[in-house]
Amino acid sequence: MDIKILGTGCGRCEKLEKEVINALAEMDVAADVKKVKDIREIMSYKIMSTPALVVNGKVKVAGKVPKRQEIKKYIQEELA
Amino acid sequence: MFILRFLNDQLLKMQWLHELVWSLVENVFGLDVSTRLGGSIHFFIYDIIKIFILLTVLIYLVSYIQSYFPPERTRAILGRFRGITGNTLGALLGTITPFCSCSSIPLFIGFTSAGLPLGVTFSFLLSSPFVDLASMILLASIFNWKIAIVYVVVGVLLAIVGGTIISKMQLEQYVAPFVFHQEISDFEKETTMTRRERMAYAWDQVTDIVKRIWIYIVIGVAIGAAIHNWIPAEMISALLGQDKWYSVLLATAIGIPMYADIFGALPIAEALVYKGVGVGTVLGFMMAVTAISPPSLIMLNQVVKSRLMAVFVTVVIVGIIIIGYVLNGFNAWLL
Repeated sequence: MDIKILGTGCGRCEKLEKEVINALAEMDVAADVKKVKDIREIMSYKIMSTPALVVNGKVKVAGKVPKRQEIKKYIQEELA
Repeated sequence: MFILRFLNDQLLKMQWLHELVWSLVENVFGLDVSTRLGGSIHFFIYDIIKIFILLTVLIYLVSYIQSYFPPERTRAILGRFRGITGNTLGALLGTITPFCSCSSIPLFIGFTSAGLPLGVTFSFLLSSPFVDLASMILLASIFNWKIAIVYVVVGVLLAIVGGTIISKMQLEQYVAPFVFHQEISDFEKETTMTRRERMAYAWDQVTDIVKRIWIYIVIGVAIGAAIHNWIPAEMISALLGQDKWYSVLLATAIGIPMYADIFGALPIAEALVYKGVGVGTVLGFMMAVTAISPPSLIMLNQVVKSRLMAVFVTVVIVGIIIIGYVLNGFNAWLL
């Protein structure tokens, strides 16, 4: 599984990263988590608000830090 | 009229809280509120509780409204207008769309790539951080409705005029080229939110924003309490007094490098007005603190050349200084 956290480095992006790592640990799922700070790479996902969560190349959320339960749902979607 | 005044005094100005904290300080702490220590403790406790209550209610309401205007939708609405109408609409939509400064670049790129004139985007970026419904109500609570409405009107005017100047100067060449060709997907999933989802979204915004800015409020109120009770009025008026020609310049210069939320700047403004500083000087200070924030400028600089940044910053600073001097002329009427 390939997870990307998009954001220019604000506090909310850090929080999203932490939540994702915790969610993965709780679900016992291995994934490659990468933070994307380059603005052109962020924009290649065609979003207009950050932070954003991308799982396996699909934008799941943009502009907010979702609850851990929600993050787990997005990971689950990609597992199935 | 009586009912309106009652609502204004109790709900907005929270006189009940003022009295409650008064008796807490006098009877429980055993301090006289007319003394320095008692007075500043009263100011601190009363202001902190009042600001947090108002903030929670207001962010909730504003976020609920905001859930109808996700950035993709704002972009679609603004794309239909040109010229001064576009600037006006951009400035007005900026007031109901508070966003984290970390989103300002994607927004800028999204708006520009949609073919929005640069000036309209800047009108939006300008009004967004410092004019919103929450700050209007807080100004009404701390000062009065006249000041609150004047603040919003001049703020929106500054955003319209600033954006128009940027349009007229045709600075498109100073924007990184890729910005114009960036694709944005049009998912408008927010518009299909249920009422329950909007309420959850609004509550998330409340906790998120309060977590992010509470420290600025505590520091702001502490500085306010210090100004209110410990710094002699003569000292303040020597620096920022109405009769000093440099007062607005100085207040703006102090405000620019300060990076705080408008809610942190408010208690400082409150204390300064009590010390007799002109309303224009104080509002100029507040606008300087909120309109120009170094972190979002640094981020904007990634997609915009320094020349355009310099124009933007100059327009804002000159605008704030003019507003400050003009409003000082109406000081007596405003208070």
